[in-house]
Amino acid sequence: MTEMLLEVKDLKIQAPKENAPPIPIVKGVSFNVKRGQVVALIGESGSGKTTIALSSLAYCKPGLEFSGGEVRLDGQDLLQMSDVQHRDIRGRRVAYLAQSAAATFNPAITIGEQVTESSVLHGILTQEGANKRAERLYRALELPDPDRMGRRYPHQVSGGQLQRLMAAMALCGKPDLMILDEPTTALDVTTQIEVLKAFKKVIREEQSAAIYVTHDLAIVAQIADHIVVLYSGRVQEQGSAEQIITRPAHNYTHRLMEAVRPPPTSVTHEEYTDKDDREKPAIVMDDVTAGYGKIVGDEPQFTILRNIDVQVDKAQVVGVIGESGCGKSTLARVAAGLLGAAKGKVVMEGKTLQPSMLKRSKDDLRKVQFVYQMADTALNPKQLIGDIIGRPLEFYLGLTGKQKRERVAELLDMVELPQEFANRYQMELSGGQKQRVNLARHLAAKPDILLCDEVTSALDSIVGDNVIKLLTRLRKKTGVSIVFITHDLSTVASFSDRIVVLYAGRVVEQGTTDQVLNPPYHPYTRLLITSVPELRIGWLEDTMQTREAAVGIARGVELTAVGCPFFNRCPLGIEDGTCEKETPAYRQPAQGHVIACHQELENVIESEEKPQMILKGYDKVGRESQLY
Amino acid sequence: MKTMVLQRFGIGLITLLVVSVLVFAGTEILPGDVAEIVLGQSATPENLAKLRSELGLDKPAYIRYFEWLGDMITFDLGISKAGGASIGDLIGGRLYNTFFMGGIVAVIAVPLSIFLGLLAAMYPGSWIDRVVTFATLGLISVPEFFIATVCVLVLSVQLHWLPAVAYMSGDESFLQLMRALLLPILTLVIVISAQMIRMTRAGILNVLHSPYIEMAILKGVPRKRIILRHALFNAIGPIVNVIALNLAYLVSGVVIIETIFAYPGLAKLMVDGVQTRDLPLVQACAMIFCGTYVVLILTADIASILSNPRLRQPK
Repeated sequence: MTEMLLEVKDLKIQAPKENAPPIPIVKGVSFNVKRGQVVALIGESGSGKTTIALSSLAYCKPGLEFSGGEVRLDGQDLLQMSDVQHRDIRGRRVAYLAQSAAATFNPAITIGEQVTESSVLHGILTQEGANKRAERLYRALELPDPDRMGRRYPHQVSGGQLQRLMAAMALCGKPDLMILDEPTTALDVTTQIEVLKAFKKVIREEQSAAIYVTHDLAIVAQIADHIVVLYSGRVQEQGSAEQIITRPAHNYTHRLMEAVRPPPTSVTHEEYTDKDDREKPAIVMDDVTAGYGKIVGDEPQFTILRNIDVQVDKAQVVGVIGESGCGKSTLARVAAGLLGAAKGKVVMEGKTLQPSMLKRSKDDLRKVQFVYQMADTALNPKQLIGDIIGRPLEFYLGLTGKQKRERVAELLDMVELPQEFANRYQMELSGGQKQRVNLARHLAAKPDILLCDEVTSALDSIVGDNVIKLLTRLRKKTGVSIVFITHDLSTVASFSDRIVVLYAGRVVEQGTTDQVLNPPYHPYTRLLITSVPELRIGWLEDTMQTREAAVGIARGVELTAVGCPFFNRCPLGIEDGTCEKETPAYRQPAQGHVIACHQELENVIESEEKPQMILKGYDKVGRESQLY
Repeated sequence: MKTMVLQRFGIGLITLLVVSVLVFAGTEILPGDVAEIVLGQSATPENLAKLRSELGLDKPAYIRYFEWLGDMITFDLGISKAGGASIGDLIGGRLYNTFFMGGIVAVIAVPLSIFLGLLAAMYPGSWIDRVVTFATLGLISVPEFFIATVCVLVLSVQLHWLPAVAYMSGDESFLQLMRALLLPILTLVIVISAQMIRMTRAGILNVLHSPYIEMAILKGVPRKRIILRHALFNAIGPIVNVIALNLAYLVSGVVIIETIFAYPGLAKLMVDGVQTRDLPLVQACAMIFCGTYVVLILTADIASILSNPRLRQPK
């Protein structure tokens, strides 16, 4: 046995076309993986990183084929093997962890069977032995209820748990090499830390080698020994993690580093100049309670939002942040009238809006526009881009013919797309371009308020960054107010005027970006801030030692009717049951800054000591200093 | 899950009730009533009135509806006007014949269709898949009487292998019976399989594009196991529904086949009843057909609920 586990030499992969020469996807890539080493493949989407990683399983996505090179596992070329030999390699020697565990677990089969399936089929373990090993892995991955986990179905566990269960599935057959394909990208920051930590621990304990595929350098810095930077199917540079992160040589690596979301610090914004306009509220949510199911009295059957007071001023950007399940999207749905509030009201320009959009006037509907997360599904694939953008022009503004065409061209200009795109279909566009079309369609209605629901979450960091810049310019140009919903604190910090922190359907803190991102914090805000990964080797270990991490990470959001919902994750919880039973009061450390907490403000501030240290750390490793 | 299953039962019962109202109203709208039919040429106003009061036909419609419904529930199907035989006896034998042949066809057609559908889905684009897809598409487009006629023409008239008429005397051996029934059974298997094969193939192929199937491939799971363990369970919902619809057709929709082969089944009895304006008979048959549909669809619904762990074991 040599030290070298996997050798990829001059790998070429192409997409064959009918009646046309094949399109090269991977253009001669070489790298090696030693035993026990974690190699990161990093690049944007379209760089071919997943395609390359899958070649170590001798697998090509449908529509692709190997066209040259070698992939040697322990000296044997996988690409020359038969299907039967491939099946023997897959799951036994090389195991795969996919990006979305929710989609990769079969909904009709128990978790236990799926985790043990591969090792039993390959004859590595008996069913009984595999069950025992699976249970050990559940324990090692710190999953709840390890002895009963195997009998559950995928829908009965949370997303972060599924992601760790996939690691158990990969490790059950004791593979020599694991392929981890963006395994934390779809997760909340707090969940991401927990999953990263678990991965790092089991990789070390099992002494397995791994290929880690991601676009996020900050994640790579926590886990990789060796980094391969890819762009458009070619290696741009490769070297040790320390070398690439501290002394990147290639321009493209620099660009990737710039796209790493900076630690959430407030930056000074270009203020919207028309002061008079600014002071007026564009939309106000007054004591709104909303949820799903039958409404009895003021309470829906499943209450999501409770007593929400949020105000968005004209031309203001308000960031709404929280983990999944906190009610961020529900908040936007109430504002748009997609979901009627059970209690409280939504006021626009002094006028109380009808709770349900069905009863709102066309003009009220026009003023509030809802931009969806997935442009792929929000844009009709059978309609021309021009028709998609033209529809609201016709419907709300009554434009037709030449006027409409001209306005469509203007809107395309506005979102910085070429005017010719009017005659294309969405499938011909890239992810970022689709999101721009999506924005243009909603701007077409000349809205007062744009509700953006995770509009950058499905995009690569560089592309997402450009969409944010576009939104900032659009706000300046049109004076539209933007409600920006995201789970990513750094994005929101980079361009919001105000931040609303939602937890379990309640506003736990809100204020200007400066106020929210500086002490005093709500304990939840602090947990979110400390959970954003930094481009620094050793960050993960440091963070896991903070008190917030010890208490708050690895627990999920629970909606509660009484008390403070954050109680079970809070390091400052008051023991006598106050937090559990009583709804916290609103404290106002400054004008416009609200924190919902039972602790006296001075206690919140006093307990700042450690987080403040971390905050200083943030300043030290700010983006400038990270590069060199 | 319990509530969902109970809900399905409730909906099934309501469907039956609604159909009973429609069936009753339908026969009510038709001109003439049983009294006129029974008396025929000798119907004088006095005779009619007398017979109507004897039969209870002078009562208001809703009362007669409930009386009829009560009779139905207690399996008192009434007296046929033709010869005055009990409808229960009349239907009993026919019902047995229908279920006998339907049962044999189902036992052959359902496993065969699922097998062929899986085979086609396992190797999409292969020659097996092409043959199956082409053949089923062709068979779906051809009306059943054509298939039946071709079968008779080839197997009976040309080759003299099988009798053209499914005549049953009642005292033949099982083998003789099979020989007599082989042609209608063959025709029906061909007719109902085509749809089920296509649905199975489409359902499985749809699931085969899921990420969890790709994951199974990357775990080194053999193809056969991928189809049978990973894909089939997730495709069961639509497949059982098509099976249920086709089985219901075997009970109520086979009148053409029964006519061609002169097979004494229930559907043919109903058509005869319509021709002779034997209204109680038609009503009884209609209710039996509806009942069969409801039971089969209910079974399919419950099967797809049971096959889905999300519904079987909520959080």
